[in-house]
Amino acid sequence: MEPIQKLTARAVPLRAENVDTDQIIPARFLTAVTKEGMGDGLFYSWRYTREGEPKPDFMLNDPAYAGAEILIAGRNFGSGSSREHAVWALTDYGFRCVITPGFADIFYNNSLKNGLLLAPLPEDAVNMLLDLVEEDPTTVIEVDLERQTVTLPDGQEHHFEIDPFRKMCLLQGVDDLGYLQSKAEAVAVHEARSPY
Amino acid sequence: MGKTLFEKVWDAHVVTQDPGAPAVLYIDAHLIHEVTSPQAFGMLRERGLKAHRPERTFATMDHAIPTRSLDMALWPSDAATQVRTLRENCEDFGITLWDIEGDVQGIVHVVGPEMGVTQPGMTIVCGDSHTSTHGAFGALAFGIGTSEVAHVLATQCLLQHKPKTFAINVEGELGFGVTAKDVILAIIAKNGAAGGTGYVFEYRGSAIRKMSMANRMTICNMSIEGGARAGMIAPDETTFEYIKGRPYAPKGEEWDRAVAYWRTLVSDAGAAFDRELTLDGSKLEPMVTYGTNPGQGVPVTGCIPMPDELDDAAQRRSLFSALEYMGLKPGQPMEGQPVDIVFIGSCTNGRIEDLREAAKLVQGKRVADSVQALVVPGSKAVKAQAEKEGLDRIFSEAGFEWRGAGCSMCLAMNEDKAGAGKYVASTSNRNFQGRQGPGARSLLMSPIMAAAAAVNGRVVDVRDMLN
Repeated sequence: MEPIQKLTARAVPLRAENVDTDQIIPARFLTAVTKEGMGDGLFYSWRYTREGEPKPDFMLNDPAYAGAEILIAGRNFGSGSSREHAVWALTDYGFRCVITPGFADIFYNNSLKNGLLLAPLPEDAVNMLLDLVEEDPTTVIEVDLERQTVTLPDGQEHHFEIDPFRKMCLLQGVDDLGYLQSKAEAVAVHEARSPY
Repeated sequence: MGKTLFEKVWDAHVVTQDPGAPAVLYIDAHLIHEVTSPQAFGMLRERGLKAHRPERTFATMDHAIPTRSLDMALWPSDAATQVRTLRENCEDFGITLWDIEGDVQGIVHVVGPEMGVTQPGMTIVCGDSHTSTHGAFGALAFGIGTSEVAHVLATQCLLQHKPKTFAINVEGELGFGVTAKDVILAIIAKNGAAGGTGYVFEYRGSAIRKMSMANRMTICNMSIEGGARAGMIAPDETTFEYIKGRPYAPKGEEWDRAVAYWRTLVSDAGAAFDRELTLDGSKLEPMVTYGTNPGQGVPVTGCIPMPDELDDAAQRRSLFSALEYMGLKPGQPMEGQPVDIVFIGSCTNGRIEDLREAAKLVQGKRVADSVQALVVPGSKAVKAQAEKEGLDRIFSEAGFEWRGAGCSMCLAMNEDKAGAGKYVASTSNRNFQGRQGPGARSLLMSPIMAAAAAVNGRVVDVRDMLN
């Protein structure tokens, strides 16, 4: 996992609530046995017509937003299916950060395990950000994990919460597995006393 | 102060916790399937790791497999590859596999309880959000991502932050024709699709206590649709009766010891919950969803809300985008809405009890000419039992297709997909855009409501057909 400290990037506005993981990547793209190329299926039904033509009115197809690394969306982002493929699709496509008023629990956990930074902000702040990047796609936003801030070009700053352990993991690019393996002795003690 | 059921199970599984870090939580039982496990085994291979406790992981095949034929030569190649990959992985890592070629296979959340793997007080995880189903037994059960599947395989543990607790009380007697599915759809309609985010639900109250295990599983199954990763119900005689004698259930003296422990798994009288919600079960009606998240549901006698009935701009935006997709209008009554397809099955409502109720309703009737209807048993055991009772004949004679066990049209990653623009009366759990096929429009409801829709070709109040 790549460490992430600070991100200075343009953003794509996605004005939708309850963006479930079936929208992020439809189930028919889950038949792979590896992670590669998941970005091709990202928001597939919103990006393409049934004939496979790009839909011009969908933000990701707007050339003005090409290369943006931040996604801004509405509340309850990532709800539904536990598929980690949703996170792989976002990162494979090139997103490194998602800003919304709130994330579903399983998606939140999956994201941080793949170095995708999630910044929950109050709904008013998110709406303001959406207005801003819709108006001017060249708007550059800075997300600073160390300081837990999202900063706009005019210097306006918004604070976001992240628990210290996950923050440390993202900053250093380490995943949970090594940490869990280091607890082998405590696990053996638990296994000896557990009723199951 | 007393402890809640959740806190008792949580505390019994915290292996260790460093200051400022999440808890290392021990996992008693791990279920896997063909779709969310291959990359996890890949992670183990990359790091040269073995499964720490292979006897605690159980595998089956359900999501991608076709339900028409078990002949893999006739399958799409990607589904066959996933099945072969799972076989290889189980073989290499020493994991029990309930294969499509055996008698046990089925939807992972139907099979785990059937086999007696699911027991009160356990921690149970699976790379599938509907793992919340197993909470019906008083287990702490939740869905995980594929990275976490690898963590459990390698260490039998997960790093977890302790969720908050949310008591949902359903009191009183459910009305005639009102089922567990209606109860959970009503809870989600009231509390919202994200209302449980960060919480574990505990379903309590006289209406829940009276329910069979099948009905309790239907309720817990959809906890995730209300935003909660897990939902629990305290175990009782109904629970013990269900588990007793199943292949992995404790036997002899071990059984007595287990039951004595399980009896302690109730929320203490003085236990405090972070949040609480109470519903009067006697006032509930059969429910139908109209939108594209499971919180967008109304009683069948009701109408789709008008925008000005909603709290804020985000909810109104959500309503408009849902109705545009669904081809429905604000204020429209749900009764009378035509349906094209009826799907009875899934980890929510694919158990023998669900099939019996639906069969009773369709017996001697015909599926409307305009409707394609299918019944997909949740497991091979459910299928065999249904065939023993003659339910397959009742369904077939009425014009339903009778399929093999699997997830089928619940998630459209196998051959069972609804066409664009089609309305599906479905007993499954999600009405997301495209969930049942690109462009398909899902109306979630109970098995008897779906059976009634099949016969009438439109949404009806099932109570008008029951006497």
